Amino acid sequence: MKAAIVGSGNIGTDLLYKLLRSPVLQPRWMVGIDPASEGLRRAASLGLEVSVDGAEWLLRQDELPDIVFEATSAAVHRANAPRYAEAGIRAIDLTPAAVGPYVVPPVNLGEHQDAPNINLITCGGQATIPMVHAVSRVVPVSYAEIVASVASVSAGPGTRANIDEFTRTTSKGIEAIGGAQRGKAIIVLNPADPPMIMRDTIFCAIPEDADPDPITDSIARMESDIRSYVPGFRLLSEPQFDAGRVSIFVEIEGAGDFLPPYAGNLDIMTAAATKVGEEIARAPKESNTAVDRHVTA
Amino acid sequence: MHQKNPTLRLTDTSLRDGSHHKRHQFTVEDVRSIVAALDDAGVPVIEVTHGDGLGGSSFNYGFSLTPEQELIKVAAETAQQARIAVLMLPGVGVKDDILISQDNGASIVRIATHCTEADVSVQHFQLARERGLETVGFLMMAHSQPPEALARQARIMADAGCQCVYVVDSAGALVLEQVSDRVSALVAELGDDAQVGFHGHENLGLSVANSVAAARAGAKQIDGSVRGFGAGAGNTPLEAFVGVCDKLGFETGVDFFKIVDAAEDVVRPVMPEECLLDRMALMMGYAGVYSSFLKHAYTQAQRYGVSGAQILVRAGERKLVGGQEDQLIDIALELSREKVR
Repeated sequence: MKAAIVGSGNIGTDLLYKLLRSPVLQPRWMVGIDPASEGLRRAASLGLEVSVDGAEWLLRQDELPDIVFEATSAAVHRANAPRYAEAGIRAIDLTPAAVGPYVVPPVNLGEHQDAPNINLITCGGQATIPMVHAVSRVVPVSYAEIVASVASVSAGPGTRANIDEFTRTTSKGIEAIGGAQRGKAIIVLNPADPPMIMRDTIFCAIPEDADPDPITDSIARMESDIRSYVPGFRLLSEPQFDAGRVSIFVEIEGAGDFLPPYAGNLDIMTAAATKVGEEIARAPKESNTAVDRHVTA
Repeated sequence: MHQKNPTLRLTDTSLRDGSHHKRHQFTVEDVRSIVAALDDAGVPVIEVTHGDGLGGSSFNYGFSLTPEQELIKVAAETAQQARIAVLMLPGVGVKDDILISQDNGASIVRIATHCTEADVSVQHFQLARERGLETVGFLMMAHSQPPEALARQARIMADAGCQCVYVVDSAGALVLEQVSDRVSALVAELGDDAQVGFHGHENLGLSVANSVAAARAGAKQIDGSVRGFGAGAGNTPLEAFVGVCDKLGFETGVDFFKIVDAAEDVVRPVMPEECLLDRMALMMGYAGVYSSFLKHAYTQAQRYGVSGAQILVRAGERKLVGGQEDQLIDIALELSREKVR
């Protein structure tokens, strides 16, 4: 499947390396808007066609991608999404735009394979929502809260200018995909040098009399599901049970594709995007035709 | 020839930073009585919010007994002359929280970021100015950066619409000249574009002296909390600072005798205990730890049977910043594992 990356910042560039390793996705184009972009320079040297004229340029080409990975900003993706759909291009959205349904691979990858546009929520969402789900599939979760701590150097200008979108989109994902009745997300940028590895804490409100063992088992199973595509994901300790609350502490060490391993926040996002893209590429042909019909309908 | 004395605008933060000491258990009556007393004493600005800012009510920071927006509304209704300020940390609260607080009567919004991350506040300053709110920027943990670096961050806030950038000594770790050097650097950078403020803590016993140093270096706004009712060993005791200003010739517009009475008769009874310059608080000032970690360190020390002082020292070693209260649990778990070994 021919793939394009739109957005040449930290996320787009990290994704580039993962797509190049994919047996079923062929990254052919990478577009951005910054002529000084390190990402575009690298993409060109790795044999991709590149442009600084963004999605405009991409959509003008004679040959179009089958799938586009959007790593720009929510506002840009909202503008681009209808144009991809018009051109029959599937979109995997790595911004918090949430034009399409939310997908977190270990929770609901199969459900939206046919959707023309899939949204990956946020990096913090990819790292924590599976854990909320791991708890809510065992006991009711009336409220879940996540705290994402990321190294300052791994948070690009898009994330910084739109920090509200991170918290709001992640909160919604905690509810819609995590299965909590109410969700809250907090993000903290830490400038420590050497940079800290991404850490997340997941707090879930559970019934006071809940049996801890099945919850702990479910969390451990989820950890190994996530590790199948993000090897650097790990629980820092056993889940902690206090009256009516379970606390889960995780760390995500990145694969070091573009930024160094501390940037687990990039890694879990781009690994999720790659997994979703591969799933689409491997889906039976009928399913892809169904999408075409859906898009043109 | 008579020369007009320099003027300082004071902001009381006991109903915001004091929220940490009170473990976020303020009642409507607490707020009404404190606002009425401070208002009567002439305190021009009173900050009312969850200790961790708008939206801070959470597992991570502690849940509010009374919704903060209700407390803001009561404060605004109670104050005759004082203006009500709210604090907001991007990443914890969102823009909607600011708008709701404005509807409830707040007229000053203070946007706080770690002192290297000012650019996350741009959208919030823009919104606040569009809505006609007065703006203040907080560069937290200011001890961790040299004056020039702080000044560059202050510039980002000022360009985004911030009208006064504060040097915020969240850890109570700054010492005298370290305050004036930072304030001077901001004054030089900002010129007439924005004022400079100082927010101190008592963790090394220097908050009043540091605030004087800030004022002499050109700060125009100073924070304190009546009776020191704040985080860590407490904030700059506002009534003491008012008395010092009277002696040094800084105009504050606050009546010393009235604020002293308010501290003793109104504020002290609301406090669970005095804020103390004890071992834990000293660790924070010495190791440069965010003051609101104090109560959380006590909680985790008790829960896991480890030393609270060690939790704080390790928080300093890990270079935790404001907002990372969850990591104190991880540190306590780490200490308890080390004990078993």
